[in-house]
Amino acid sequence: MLSLYSRRRLINILSLSISVLAMAFGLFWLGWILFTLLQYGIPGLSLAVFTQTTPPPGSDGGLINAIAGSLMMTALGTLIGTPIGILAGTYLAEFGHRGWLAPVTRFINDVLLSAPSIVIGLFVYEMYVIRVKHFSGWAGALALSILVIPIVIRTTENMLRLVPNTLREAAAALGAPQWKIISSVTLRAARAGILTGILLAVARISGETAPLLFTSLNNQFWSSNMNQPMANLPVVIFQFAMSPYSDWQQLAWAGALLITFSVLTINIVARVVFRQQASTH
Amino acid sequence: MISEKDTTPKLVVRDLNFYYGNDQALKEINLTIPEKMVTAFIGPSGCGKSTLLRTFNRMYELYPKQKATGEILLDGENLLDKRQDLNTLRAKIGMVFQKPTPFPMSIYDNITFGVKLYENLNQHDMSERVEWALKKAALWNEVKDKLKQSGTGLSGGQQQRLCIARAIAVKPEVLLLDEPTSALDPISTAHIERLVDELKKEFTIVIVTHNMQQAARISDYTAYMYLGELIEFGDTSAVFTNPKRKETEDYITGRFG
Repeated sequence: MLSLYSRRRLINILSLSISVLAMAFGLFWLGWILFTLLQYGIPGLSLAVFTQTTPPPGSDGGLINAIAGSLMMTALGTLIGTPIGILAGTYLAEFGHRGWLAPVTRFINDVLLSAPSIVIGLFVYEMYVIRVKHFSGWAGALALSILVIPIVIRTTENMLRLVPNTLREAAAALGAPQWKIISSVTLRAARAGILTGILLAVARISGETAPLLFTSLNNQFWSSNMNQPMANLPVVIFQFAMSPYSDWQQLAWAGALLITFSVLTINIVARVVFRQQASTH
Repeated sequence: MISEKDTTPKLVVRDLNFYYGNDQALKEINLTIPEKMVTAFIGPSGCGKSTLLRTFNRMYELYPKQKATGEILLDGENLLDKRQDLNTLRAKIGMVFQKPTPFPMSIYDNITFGVKLYENLNQHDMSERVEWALKKAALWNEVKDKLKQSGTGLSGGQQQRLCIARAIAVKPEVLLLDEPTSALDPISTAHIERLVDELKKEFTIVIVTHNMQQAARISDYTAYMYLGELIEFGDTSAVFTNPKRKETEDYITGRFG
């Protein structure tokens, strides 16, 4: 009896130690990455980063065209992907009880969710860039929106499934038709969760490089024309970091710092939003 | 069966059978629910009392595998008839559930949600309707200064009264209460019970309850159900003091269930 108990305690201590070690291992690398980023990134941050365009090697410059391009394409990608994602996720959660369409859609969406982003980039390159014969901001936004859709579908469906069925029944008992139940009761009940999903999708796409390499490419100059190749932080970081010029490398570090902290901020906001919903329920 | 009081039948159930897929949950139910009275359904868990209640507003139609056969006449018209419009039916028969179900919107909007489905009221009339419903549900004094606040922020008992107000705001004829107090504390329960007594002046009330004392306290008629069958139905005092069937007596004296 006692030996059984002490054995259980021993196993408990052992598994706890392994878990803590695993966590420490993960946190160590994350900490190191953040530390290096701060160490090299902060010296590169200056007013010029936010006011000047990307320079030729050897001269002064900043990242404003890349920052603006990233913001525009991320915003547009989210704007295109979110409505499609919410509608499809709503279909899966609210109408997907019968028939074959919903399970098939859900399966394809799961595949899309884990598809390598470079494949998405190549897809848009083949389907759009080749046809119009030039890289463009539109193509970049399109590729990003394809990354947004599966994330928003998944979170929308999951969040709607968390809405208790009694709420649907209560609305139905008042005689509300299904579209009304969904639009004014269930979607509303799940809105914070869905918003969290959208924010996480934004965080995900704002650091994506591969899909943009084949679609928006890059632009050395200031351009807000979505029909032209468009500068963006990930590709600029990729290009500058690989270059032999130290001033370019410096800018790449600054860009990496900017992206990382934007993503971090978005993640924190998403958590706060979600926690607020959890406390009102 | 119901001869001792002067009553008009509101709902007449005839040969009702109900199925969850292949499982029969209600067997040949025959019962008459009198108008402007409180009728209670009692019985052990799984006896079919909630199922019976949910046939009155055809709630089961949300779920494809559930079906009912037989007749339920509301003022003489069979509401199980496919030609009976579901939304009109649910405007006449309101329902309140076991767990409070406030919608994620303001207290005011919770009340107007149902009303807007059937009536086009101007702002003034709508405000009056909201006040009327909240007063009927004995909630007005507690919420009149915070109608714009979220309904989910109220206490459990207040939420349940909000749900009652939401149901009666549509001005139904029948109010179905599915264990409305089982998730509430004794004070809120007493509140709801007083309310039921008040509401029966205007509405026909059918209540499912696990609590036999509650049935004895608030209902005029009681139906005892067991394993999908209606064992006994009659005047509440008769059922509780002088049950005709042995099974009923065993249940209410606590020898079983």
